[in-house]
Amino acid sequence: MLRHLDEELKELHKEILRMAVFAQEAIFKSVESLKNRDQQLAQEVVSNDNNIDELELEIDEKCIDLIARYQPMAGDLRYITTGMKINAELERIADIALDISQKSLELMKKPLLKPLVDIPKLSQVSQEMVKGAIDAFVKKDALLARQVVLKDAEADRLRNMVQDELINEYLARDAKTADRAVPLLLIVRYLERICDHATNIAEDVIYMVEAKVVKHHPEELR
Amino acid sequence: MAEIQVNNLDLWYGNFQALIKVNAHFAQNKITAMIGPSGCGKSTLLRVFNRMNDLIEGVRTTGEVIIDQENILGPGQDLVALRKKVGMVFQRPNPFPLSIYENIVFGQRVHTQGLTKYKLDEIVEDSLKSVLLWEELKDKLYKSALGLSLEQKQRLCIARLIAVKPEILLMDEPCSTLDPQATSRIEELMRELKHNYTIIIVTHNMQQAARVSDDTGFMLLGELVEFGKTENIFTSPKDKRTEDYITGRYG
Repeated sequence: MLRHLDEELKELHKEILRMAVFAQEAIFKSVESLKNRDQQLAQEVVSNDNNIDELELEIDEKCIDLIARYQPMAGDLRYITTGMKINAELERIADIALDISQKSLELMKKPLLKPLVDIPKLSQVSQEMVKGAIDAFVKKDALLARQVVLKDAEADRLRNMVQDELINEYLARDAKTADRAVPLLLIVRYLERICDHATNIAEDVIYMVEAKVVKHHPEELR
Repeated sequence: MAEIQVNNLDLWYGNFQALIKVNAHFAQNKITAMIGPSGCGKSTLLRVFNRMNDLIEGVRTTGEVIIDQENILGPGQDLVALRKKVGMVFQRPNPFPLSIYENIVFGQRVHTQGLTKYKLDEIVEDSLKSVLLWEELKDKLYKSALGLSLEQKQRLCIARLIAVKPEILLMDEPCSTLDPQATSRIEELMRELKHNYTIIIVTHNMQQAARVSDDTGFMLLGELVEFGKTENIFTSPKDKRTEDYITGRYG
């Protein structure tokens, strides 16, 4: 029998997906604006942030309303509480994309420090991880979620590589590069944070699907 | 369709004041749930809306209850017409000891004389369809209604009301004798019916109020303590007494 709660959950699902699309769009545009020095894309990220904040509040309210009204249990409860957490993660991801856009706008005013090679690679990984985490949520696919969690190591490796290069090749040799090297360092850090949020989403999905807590318990991943 | 506006309603049973200065607006096309501990006045309030309390000796009311621009507590009120417009479903389903068919057309026979068999058949079919009983019962229309399951009986009682084309449905604990699955199906029916009726339900079951209603009123000791959108009542009630009741701290 289809319950009324099922209809409400479908609505909630749609809203969370809308949030996911917003967050993915924000990362994509911020990274493209950096690569192509595209001011307009960066501005779009800045101006859409309010919509994302509004939607976060709406989804939160909806989840609290569903818990209060339906006293969900078991899978329903895990779905709604996971939805709330994913909502917060997506909003943070969008905020970080906003930070990247702002740094990108700053960098556009100055000559290029170096051709960007590894940063686009890291941004690629971050976008793949976010997409994977969201797909895992949509398909309720714990296996895909596990792959996302494992990918975080690659993100860390790339971050360390770019960080070392920026510090050793530029900052250590010529302090005058700081006005361009430091924003790039921050962007690297931001991209790696996005990967961490994608990891969190994937861990939440594993909990939602299998009722298994893998957060802070890497041995549970196997 | 109708809405109900209650203004400064007081009600006494002899010397005992059961309703104290109640003000509320029951919106059309919505389900409003009235919750509160036993004896808080919620059923009394419900029974004001079709003047069922008139049957109890020593009942006195002041204030107004406006339905379709008319104060139904006024002296000239036609009670038969009022109870046609404002129907009631009770805690225990109470079909008449007649056939399913006769149960449904009973009200029609009281209110309208000389309806053709064709017209009555149509009313029976429409009414049973609207409570989702038609498929189950269309071949058993002339069997006794007393042989139905509890849930079917309660649906039949709702169909019997709908047959006389009311505007407002009052439901006094309509699911309290039903199992959880039957309860959930009646709730689904209520959600369907609200598109055509104004529904007010009195319930002890707070979860039911939370699940099914659009607006909720909380009553205590004859007072309407708080009234508002259900989601607000259950997530952020304004009155401490409401909070205490819905979190199980009351009493």
